[in-house]
Amino acid sequence: MSRVGIIGAGHGVFGRRSDATVQELAFEAFRLAIKDAGISRDELDATVVAAVPEYHKQRSVAGVVQEYLNLNPKPTWLTEVACASGSAAIRTAWMAIKSGLHQVVAVIGCQKMTELATAEILALMGRVGEVQWESIFGTTFPGYYAMFATNHMHEFGTTHEQMLQVAVKNHFYGAKNPNALFRKEIQLDKAMASDPVASPFCVYDCCANADGAACVILADESRAKALSKKVVWLDGVGCATASMSVLRRPNLVGLPSAVEAGQQAFRMARVAPRDIKVAEVHDCFTIAEIMAYEDLGFCKKGQGGKFIEEKRSYIGGEVAVNVDGGLKAKGHPIGATGVSMAYEIVKQLRGEAGERQVPDANVGLTHNVGGIGQYTFVHVFRRD
Amino acid sequence: MFSWFGKVSFVPYSKVADFAVHLKDGRMMGSRCKDCGYTTFPPRADCPQCLSGNFGFKEYNGKGKIYTYTTISAAPTGFEDIAPYTAAVVELDEGGRLMAWVGDTIPLNELKIGIPVQVVPRIFDDSPEIKVYYTIEKPGATWKKAPPPHLG
Ligand SMILES: [Zn+2]
Repeated sequence: MSRVGIIGAGHGVFGRRSDATVQELAFEAFRLAIKDAGISRDELDATVVAAVPEYHKQRSVAGVVQEYLNLNPKPTWLTEVACASGSAAIRTAWMAIKSGLHQVVAVIGCQKMTELATAEILALMGRVGEVQWESIFGTTFPGYYAMFATNHMHEFGTTHEQMLQVAVKNHFYGAKNPNALFRKEIQLDKAMASDPVASPFCVYDCCANADGAACVILADESRAKALSKKVVWLDGVGCATASMSVLRRPNLVGLPSAVEAGQQAFRMARVAPRDIKVAEVHDCFTIAEIMAYEDLGFCKKGQGGKFIEEKRSYIGGEVAVNVDGGLKAKGHPIGATGVSMAYEIVKQLRGEAGERQVPDANVGLTHNVGGIGQYTFVHVFRRD
Repeated sequence: MFSWFGKVSFVPYSKVADFAVHLKDGRMMGSRCKDCGYTTFPPRADCPQCLSGNFGFKEYNGKGKIYTYTTISAAPTGFEDIAPYTAAVVELDEGGRLMAWVGDTIPLNELKIGIPVQVVPRIFDDSPEIKVYYTIEKPGATWKKAPPPHLG
């Protein structure tokens, strides 16, 4: 089987980008990815754009991005699966290349989240869950993950302090990432004292909305080898789903879609969880990172709280997790996040991550969750 | 009449819209597939097991246990006036789960996963239109039921 490799990666600054439109954000990341790949735009056969449309004033964002990148009449299309849209775009690019239809495809994840007024954001927040039977009780995105946290604490004795240690770690590394929204370390006691959001969560348990874009360029094996000396191979792709409604999940202490997607990706890449040196996992809320350790097999179910407490997900531990700051400190422009994760793994596997470089990183993973685990994409990357 | 269901209604229509009429009458209805017998709560018109669209309502007694909960302080649009409020998932003794608010009979310091509860149909008193919902109360809580309905 021929492989698919990443030959270029670019990342813009995440944050409140009131200086730029969504296509201007996309351009920043695209320009950097093209430069990084050292190729001309003519090499591209197609683009895939990842974004969640309801946040943008501009409808059909792929069209405006494609025009602004001056890529007409090359094909483009949009992927949307909530916060996992970026990884879905990478998956469709991988599929397009594996099918033989295209050889070189750019994936652009871009999102403006601060374009809407606060009232509009609050209205959207009230519709993240299943709207017929759940949202009518005022459920929110943090509220749902808080319900997972309540169960995780009850079943395994996980503590709120352990959850906030995830935030402390991610801010520690976010401080070293020039593209991150928050570039400041935080203290546990201050995090514990932050305002309540949805019990047990307070403000520091939650990631922040942001604007931003990231871009990776994928190519088939022959073009990748011809165009690049530093290919990072996407050797395993996994994707699975779970019920929209939390009422119809088998349990609320993990994401079954993540377990399944992880197993698919590990099998395809012929690696085991212990082979992963560096991972980007979907820490939209602190409990989500703890459940990710368990769902991906970095530790046993129920041991995730201990895993962070013992710093086993820091650089120097078994697997370095979210050393770019994660969604928590880097910010979460939902369409861009999955591509941003892939960017970090590419930099890590090439040994170009600077201050936050994980030593001897040769196999990496991204774990990108849409919504409350309705969709999970797990990708395994390798440097030969 | 599905617009009756919930403080804010996002989908005012459904093939199981009479659920809200039954709830106003004090009955909590799940669904039963008339072809294969699959029952579920919340109700659904289309059977996930045999694909039949031939369903009937089945009354649930609302007894169950707390499955999980959270107290929401940062409320979305339409719920700001009642924040903070506690939403919980109840695992029903007769199968299925539901989302609801924890009512006044259960103080927060007594709220725990696994405690037995009674789900009670409610009507919003101070709403000009009919608005129905349900709350989670202590076992033994009672409520008024209308005479048996003529609805399907
Ligand atoms: Zn049936």
